[in-house]
Amino acid sequence: MADYKWPEAEKRTHLGKSISRIDGADKVSGRAKYTYDINRPGMLYGKVVRSKYARAKIVSIDTSAAEKMAGVKAVHVIIEPGSEIRWAGEEIVAVAAVDEPTAEDAARAIKIKYEKLAHNVIDTDPKAVGDNARPPSEQTVGDADKAFKEAEVTVEGFYGLTSITHCCLESHGSITEWEGDKNLLVHISTQAVSQIAGQLAGPLETPAGNIRVKQDHIGGGFGSKFGPDRWDITGARLSKKAGGKPVKIMLERDAELMVAGMRPPAYARVKLGAMKDGRVVAWESESWSSGGLGGGGSPPIPYVFVVPNQKRKHTAIATNVGSARAWRAPAHPQACLITMGALEDLAAKLNMDPYDLFLKNIDLTGARADVYREEMKIAADLIGWKAKWHPRGDKNAGPVKRGLGLSIHTWGGGGHASDCDITIQPDGSVEVKMGTQDLGVGTRTALRIVAADTFAIPLDSVNVLIGDNRYPASGGSGGSTTIGGISASTRRGSLDALDALFAKVAPSLGAQPADLEAFQGTIRVKSDPSKSVTWKQACAKIGATPITVRGKNPGPGTLTSSGVGGVQMADVSVDVETGIVKINKIVAVQDCGLVVNKKLAESQCYGALIMGVAYSLYEEKVMDVKTGRMLNPNMEFYKLAGIADIGELVVHMMTGKGYDERGVIGLGEPPVVSPGAVISNAVANAIGVRVPTLPLTPDRVLEALEKKGGTNNASI
Amino acid sequence: MRAFEYASPATKDQAVQLLGKAWDDAAPLAGGTDLLALMKDDIFSPKRLVNIKELKELRGIVAGPRQLRIGALTTIQELADHPQVRQRYPAIAHAAEEIAGPQIRNMGTIGGNLCQRPRCWYYRAGFGLLPKDEAGESLVPSGDNRYHAILGNGGPAYFVSPSSLAPVLIALGSTVRLYGPEGKRDLALEKFFRIPQSDADREHDLRSNEIVTDIIVPAATGLKTAFYEIRQKEAMDWPLALAAVALRVEAGKVSSARVLMGHVAPIPWRSEEAEQALIGKAISEEAAQSAADAAVSKATSLGRNRYKIQLARVAVKRAILQAGRGGVR
Amino acid sequence: MSDDEKVKEKGSGLSRRTFLKASGISLSVPLVMGHRVVKVAGAPVKVFGPGKVPVSLLINGKKYQATVEPRVTLLEALRHELDLTGAKRVCDRGTCGACTVIVDGKLVYSCSMLAIEGEGKAITTVEGLMQGDRLHPLQQAFIDNDAQQCGFCTPGFVVACKAFLDKNPNPTAEEINKGLGGNLCRCGTYVGVRAAVAQAAKGRRGGRRNG
Repeated sequence: MADYKWPEAEKRTHLGKSISRIDGADKVSGRAKYTYDINRPGMLYGKVVRSKYARAKIVSIDTSAAEKMAGVKAVHVIIEPGSEIRWAGEEIVAVAAVDEPTAEDAARAIKIKYEKLAHNVIDTDPKAVGDNARPPSEQTVGDADKAFKEAEVTVEGFYGLTSITHCCLESHGSITEWEGDKNLLVHISTQAVSQIAGQLAGPLETPAGNIRVKQDHIGGGFGSKFGPDRWDITGARLSKKAGGKPVKIMLERDAELMVAGMRPPAYARVKLGAMKDGRVVAWESESWSSGGLGGGGSPPIPYVFVVPNQKRKHTAIATNVGSARAWRAPAHPQACLITMGALEDLAAKLNMDPYDLFLKNIDLTGARADVYREEMKIAADLIGWKAKWHPRGDKNAGPVKRGLGLSIHTWGGGGHASDCDITIQPDGSVEVKMGTQDLGVGTRTALRIVAADTFAIPLDSVNVLIGDNRYPASGGSGGSTTIGGISASTRRGSLDALDALFAKVAPSLGAQPADLEAFQGTIRVKSDPSKSVTWKQACAKIGATPITVRGKNPGPGTLTSSGVGGVQMADVSVDVETGIVKINKIVAVQDCGLVVNKKLAESQCYGALIMGVAYSLYEEKVMDVKTGRMLNPNMEFYKLAGIADIGELVVHMMTGKGYDERGVIGLGEPPVVSPGAVISNAVANAIGVRVPTLPLTPDRVLEALEKKGGTNNASI
Repeated sequence: MRAFEYASPATKDQAVQLLGKAWDDAAPLAGGTDLLALMKDDIFSPKRLVNIKELKELRGIVAGPRQLRIGALTTIQELADHPQVRQRYPAIAHAAEEIAGPQIRNMGTIGGNLCQRPRCWYYRAGFGLLPKDEAGESLVPSGDNRYHAILGNGGPAYFVSPSSLAPVLIALGSTVRLYGPEGKRDLALEKFFRIPQSDADREHDLRSNEIVTDIIVPAATGLKTAFYEIRQKEAMDWPLALAAVALRVEAGKVSSARVLMGHVAPIPWRSEEAEQALIGKAISEEAAQSAADAAVSKATSLGRNRYKIQLARVAVKRAILQAGRGGVR
Repeated sequence: MSDDEKVKEKGSGLSRRTFLKASGISLSVPLVMGHRVVKVAGAPVKVFGPGKVPVSLLINGKKYQATVEPRVTLLEALRHELDLTGAKRVCDRGTCGACTVIVDGKLVYSCSMLAIEGEGKAITTVEGLMQGDRLHPLQQAFIDNDAQQCGFCTPGFVVACKAFLDKNPNPTAEEINKGLGGNLCRCGTYVGVRAAVAQAAKGRRGGRRNG
């Protein structure tokens, strides 16, 4: 049986190198087909009529005019009269028509009468929302009251992050079509190709085995595209009504921002107790959050630093807003800002360099303390911390103040369950088949690297087939679980396939299968490398039937594990007359175990930093209290960072001894956790006062400056 | 977008004949970047679009000794790149190159920049230009007004004029030439903008069958001009406040001044208070500060936009100091 | 029912009469092939729609025909009628740049222009940048520098970079930032895009013709 481990560094041919993504040419040429790009023969265009009100009872729906329109092929009522609308943008009726303009006209022709009901979209203040604030939950660790009494210094602060959205560039949606009455073909923009059919089966009363799901490329998900959505199910119903014709429903941008993505807000008042040397001894927090009607859980505070004595109170607020969805590293960016912000404020009060304060408490982080120590040193060197850091408040003349901030974070990222089929053909070509998806992180490329590395053959000998639920099932891509899962199953399957090949080749080399190894395009005898055959010659021994082996994760050997640490530092400038924050530089030092592809791992970090700049400075889902509507469901006022807004970004991956042995660990989430905290801390360091709430827009920065000297109790 | 019919006339006479007596009859299509967005959002649904892009007489920039004539179809990028504009009217070129991004600057025209509709998010959500709830109460003062007006905001209009070119053009004393079925009509650009008082009003002195044909800017010889825009992002972001100034300095002292602010009021806002504060003084930090303070002395917050008072103040101050240094930013 | 009302066209909800009332212009020639001709200010003007009209487009040097209503944008015609899906529909309001194409040498948002306006103009989409099976050096630079993740913004970015480099063959870092301000990426590929543009510019300086 194979030894299920990753090769030693000197034996890696592709693993850990910087390799360009294999679907790069398709993407730069426009050939890559996303769900949004699929045009099926006879395809109808679906449009959804959405509620203008945040809460209302539907009194009546009149679809008669729409149904009479030429070109309209199906109308489907999603929410029947008498039912209640729960948020603005909720789906009520859908139509399918021969072309998009006709579908729009038909949607516009549908008349809905509502009875408006009281709503709540406020998530910033539990005192302002009456019963919508649930009774708080309280938790304690150790004896916080006693610890605060013994503490030599206490500091209080307020930290918050507004609700933001996912804003996937490819909106949510699908093309659904019935083949006969029984079989459904679904092209869908999803993070979970293998999981969709099972979730459609119930609502559509169709066996999951009759549902085929396909997706070649996806234009962003970030946690918002795991299940089929109501519009996907509606598409299938419209298709059935239209005799099985394909129905395409892709969300318009406003719907995408209103209902198809939301990162819960979080707000917290924090009191920290510490000794004069910086040791943190006590934590008290009162926090609140909302994830829509279901309220919202507490972020994991205190974050990373396990303060020995804690007292925490959290309130969930119910809002009439499209429900929260997992947003890249769920709850961590919120917890990180709240905790790292409080620690930085403590350092300022103690007149300590936060770098020293973090180090002083680093053992509170537990098992990864040494990783953080090492990463902090590297990050400090890369940004010039010791030379550039100054006590809170840049004393230089002129309106532009400069400051530094730091933060640390963690994430799990162990590999998910994953199956794959590895096939070695008699002609020497190799296939990897897996029901996974490439979110742009380079999943295809990783599969090719792992298989080619195991077989010691060139990368382009491996054909990768993903994005189809007819391939062996693999987990949904979330929580940074993909790379660990898919690389582990592919490695195991490839090792087993190689064993099967060794068995075929061994007799001709006069050796036992266990004595063979794959080396630079050959199969050779380990103890006598002169005895070798080329990969092609070896595969010719397979016979007519190719070798196909099922690779699995979990399985024997440590190919993936969980738990990473990262450190980030930011250098920002703030114009204190305008409140405008500019990023000069951000450094990210990140561990993710064994790196499969250095180039794409670095891309993940750069991307996370850029997404981090956006949520730190620009992004905010603005809800109108009175009308209950989202006021900025567009990309003009729901702002993303542009190429000129991000400053200089530096990424350093921790690799080699101490990291590689842990196997492959996911990287999607961790680097997006700290940007909010580092940027907020750097701004506080620059201007001498905490701007409590992200995004750090000019109004918030100017308000904090105005209150400078007073307590940090700014409104949100 | 609702259905419409489309015509592409060859002359401006044809164009204005094809426009209608009511706004919903027809609309001129030039750059289209705002018009099509309004139509997609179902805010405005004209029954006909009259493509005026092919009207050659509306094109071109003519820089004469006494004036600059800018055809209404001149794109923002053409304006920013034009050598004589850059040389003689650097503040105009500067204002133009700060707008949006390359694609918008290639498509958008100066006529469209002046005639574009407000970006007020209540207006764009379908609540009307003077947005009201079902009880007829304005949504803005009690709502999220972070991007709304701090001047001229007594109601019922609270939006901000979205044009970034208008303030600098007005500071330079420009005239807008309109053309309709009865012929041409010249208007001081300052008078082209107005604060609507009822739902029947618009924010421009423009009839539904008129088009903008030219902008005429007098010679700026001897003027110290500057444009200063404050926005959060480096590109593709609306200004939060901007200022344009044109100053004449004689014997070291300001003898005449025009101080305009943009994105602070329903119209490009001329501050005579700031102008008066400058006249007779040398351009200095103190003079700029007191003029800037004067510029916002009548500004009021609607609740969430108080920071814009500060931004407008800073924009005015920085524009004056820049003009004093004799150049653009 | 009058003849005018009989020619009421699918989907518009508007009759010709309603349209004509708007302007008081008299109908001189009956409906022919999706347009009619009216006499305005002494000369004929073609009026198209509101129903479908034939539109011919010159895209990447090739002639295409589509039959669309005037309200169909160039982007929608490319994607729905011609299956040229490189340009993406993302914001659909002229902000994000995913639909970027080049029209008569100028970089534009195809979501903010009507298909019918594209008649008689030379349109270049991302599909037109390859030379046969060979990637444009700029496209290769995007791959080399991993200037893409999910790739949904990538075609728009590639086209924007191409037009930018044509205008600024030797750009500074600051010019790259300013010149590419009209395109947004959600995954965060800007570091790669900067490097790709720098590499492509260097390649040009090396004397290679990039077309």
